[in-house]
Amino acid sequence: MKASVLVFPGSNCDRDVAISLEAATDRPPAMVWHGLTEVPESDLIVLPGGFSYGDYLRSGCMAAHSPIMRDVVKKAKAGTPVLGICNGFQMLTETGLLPGVLMRNASLKFICKDVTLKVERNDTIFTNRYGRGKLVTIPIAHADGNYFADDDTLAKLEDEDRVAFRYCAADGSTAPDANPNGSRNNIAGIYDATGKILGLMPHPERLADIELGGTDGNPLFSSLMEALH
Amino acid sequence: MSGAAEKIVPQNPSITPELVADHGLNAEEYQRLLDILGREPSMTELGIFSVMWSEHCSYKSSKFWLKKLPTEGPHVIQGPGENAGVVDLGDGQAAIFKMESHNHPSFIEPYQGAATGVGGIMRDVFTMGARPIANMNALRFGAPDHPKSRHLVSGVVAGIGDYGNCIGVPTVGGETNFDAGYNTNILVNAMCVGLADTDKIFYSAAKGVGHPVVYVGSKTGRDGIHGATMASAEFDDDSADKRPTVQVGDPFTEKLLVEACLELMREDAIIAIQDMGAAGLTSSSVEMADKGGVGISLDLDSVPQRESAMTAYEMMLSESQERMLIVLKPDAKDKAEAIFRKWGLDFAVIGETTGTGRLIVRHRGVIEVDIPVGELADSAPEYQRPYVLTEPPALLSPEEIPAPRRLSAALLTLIGSQHLCSRRWIWEQYDHMVMADTVQRPGGDAAVVRIHGTRKGLAITTDVTPRYCLADPEMGGRQAVAETWRNLTAVGATPLAITDCLNFGNPERPEIMGQFAGAIEGIAAACRALAYPVVSGNVSLYNETNGIAIPPTPAIGGIGLIPDIAQMMTLAFKAEGEVILLIGAERGHLGQSLYLDVHFGRRDGAPPPVDLEHERATGDFVRDCIRKGAVTSVHDCSDGGLYVAIAEMALAGNIGANLTLPEHHPAHAILFGEDQGRYVVTVTAGKADTLCAEAADLNLDIRVAGHTGGHELTLDGQDPISLQALKTAHDDWLPQYMSIR
Repeated sequence: MKASVLVFPGSNCDRDVAISLEAATDRPPAMVWHGLTEVPESDLIVLPGGFSYGDYLRSGCMAAHSPIMRDVVKKAKAGTPVLGICNGFQMLTETGLLPGVLMRNASLKFICKDVTLKVERNDTIFTNRYGRGKLVTIPIAHADGNYFADDDTLAKLEDEDRVAFRYCAADGSTAPDANPNGSRNNIAGIYDATGKILGLMPHPERLADIELGGTDGNPLFSSLMEALH
Repeated sequence: MSGAAEKIVPQNPSITPELVADHGLNAEEYQRLLDILGREPSMTELGIFSVMWSEHCSYKSSKFWLKKLPTEGPHVIQGPGENAGVVDLGDGQAAIFKMESHNHPSFIEPYQGAATGVGGIMRDVFTMGARPIANMNALRFGAPDHPKSRHLVSGVVAGIGDYGNCIGVPTVGGETNFDAGYNTNILVNAMCVGLADTDKIFYSAAKGVGHPVVYVGSKTGRDGIHGATMASAEFDDDSADKRPTVQVGDPFTEKLLVEACLELMREDAIIAIQDMGAAGLTSSSVEMADKGGVGISLDLDSVPQRESAMTAYEMMLSESQERMLIVLKPDAKDKAEAIFRKWGLDFAVIGETTGTGRLIVRHRGVIEVDIPVGELADSAPEYQRPYVLTEPPALLSPEEIPAPRRLSAALLTLIGSQHLCSRRWIWEQYDHMVMADTVQRPGGDAAVVRIHGTRKGLAITTDVTPRYCLADPEMGGRQAVAETWRNLTAVGATPLAITDCLNFGNPERPEIMGQFAGAIEGIAAACRALAYPVVSGNVSLYNETNGIAIPPTPAIGGIGLIPDIAQMMTLAFKAEGEVILLIGAERGHLGQSLYLDVHFGRRDGAPPPVDLEHERATGDFVRDCIRKGAVTSVHDCSDGGLYVAIAEMALAGNIGANLTLPEHHPAHAILFGEDQGRYVVTVTAGKADTLCAEAADLNLDIRVAGHTGGHELTLDGQDPISLQALKTAHDDWLPQYMSIR
């Protein structure tokens, strides 16, 4: 599998996700600078976490308008899978590749901690190595992760089974207590209509190594390897 | 360069005694300035002398004492005197680290003050060629009921978080105190640790003549002018008026600056590099020229400027953030410029090194400054200020201190107090996992980050117990060093070296100078005994308002090395049915204890003595046990004593314990005494006897302190308290306090 990780000024999880990708695929991804106008031919494009352009104006907004992004949108619409993590998810909503918006956390504070997520589907290229409905522990680290979409959009996402991950309690219930940031329907990640674009706030690359305290992030990368090799 | 325009500008305003005094120079210092120049200074020159000779930049009150600190050791590559200290980690790698204060600005504007404190310490580290890999912070706030405390906590924590989070360097821990002694002078001490290759370390000596002096980073504005001078004066009721002297941070630019500098450092391009921190362009250019033994000429018209019509005075004294000064090899200019342009940063050649030995600054065709560099840098006054050592209080015997009605209730109060409650509310606002190498997160004895791509771990901690330092600065200084050493040991690390951040009141008062002198003696004694040198540091004086000084607070940041992170230890109980052992001498020392403070509002007696020989023997034994895999959990005994230590281990592991009390001492002294140099460890049931025998062979005190199991803590089977109750008290204090509007 050939992956490309985009690097924007202010990206800071590009190295971390590259390590997880390399561990799953046995080859280092291409690191693609934002100033280029074309992403090399890839089986997967990754938009990493961080603070692209300092998160000035709005998280992900300026990255969505950077030169490389036109090509990302073009390739995504032509069917190249795209994974956006944290700031990458924010870029995906800003480009319109995914619906909705990520607002300031309900607490108005940056939150960094492990959360429990429910894997809603295991029939996608991102989750085929997870069990359906499985509960996994993956960290979040963001100030703007409060997913919002209007009622119609939300109903459509739910009807089309496009919620990828949901924040939940240890018993799998999606109680408000288990919602760290105020996201509607406890949404932590969503797919586009084709299931080939995933945006999620949690960082699977941060718990993909037993030395760091867990490996629940790993199946996401091995799923991609399975589907795209 | 010659002609009529080359004259020093006429004095406007003229230099009056009031103007000199406003610049913080006394009559003797001003006379020294006149002797150096042989004439009256220009306004800009007065400003330059003022900042270079400020306490903050010149260490004029502390230099004499700082020379007493041991700074050498087999693994020290660079001790104090550079931007940060450098310690060898083996395998061609080095740790570069330092802790620095940003107290005065943080009290006036907590968000920007704390944020720029983090930015400044990171620049000190990457200036030397290191990629920052971990941040820490040591914070002291006023009493919880002081009207400003909540605002300050909220602003400081957000400022530290937003800066470090954006750059993508994990903030892995620190410490926080609440004490009325900091009501009007909070302390914000930020520490950064970076990783470099030993053959790629960069220094600040600008050797060689005719080399280009390059300015990179953000543009210069009018912010932070006189910041260093402000940090060298005490506060009064009008301190809030000093807000314009606080700098404004932009972590995004700093992130670009880190990447651009590290990219340039991979090339053979740099002769010397220095960040523009306190006193900005002035101190960076003077220090580089002085260390290189050269002169430097600057043309201010080339300086990238954010505001129009800035004067030479403003540009030389601005403390705008995220700026660096680099002396380049002459043929490297194009390569360097391409890198900085790629990262979207300003790059301007603003001068060159010269053979004149003078700092010459031109602006709009006139010479604004012409000062001999060596005398400006090295003739700063050095004071041996009069001092009166603090008389240590008498020891309290346990019998002088009443027992509580119920021991478990006393524990609950302590662990749910502002002193010992969980700091989770703070560290959850810090990204402590970015870079994916944080192998021990905040909340343990020390944070541990993996050295990227290796099996090695770097343990980091910051500690000081201000109430001990106030009672007995010498013992408090010892204790602060010993506690960092102990915390590093408790996670399985070999302690390597420390950075010190010495926060005190007005050194012109003999009793404050006595506190400083005592603390230095204590730190020095502990460093010598533990072979644990000081490699960098910072002094922050004048932390007082309306004549009331902070408690002496010599914060110590220590680092240690774990050869293989498989041997890293944590404090959580691991299993039921294990034996809890207490290693180290037990005396039931309650003087200056939290028990005495929280339950009786008393802060009397001597702080617990630190026996450095005992400290080292006990710690070396515990570290050996960890490396051999003989113990399953380790925690040091510190604030609150044995009962609190065991409660913290139980809460972390969610496993209870039954404690065993010895017969010959009052129970409250055993449980709450803060005797130093002690560790609580657990071992699997069959291994306790062997460990006890090994300790006895080394003449170390060891006893069975209990057994793990259940969901409560009991004392010889009595006086139960549930983990749930302890957890609630421990977790809730800080979030509840911060939620009150």
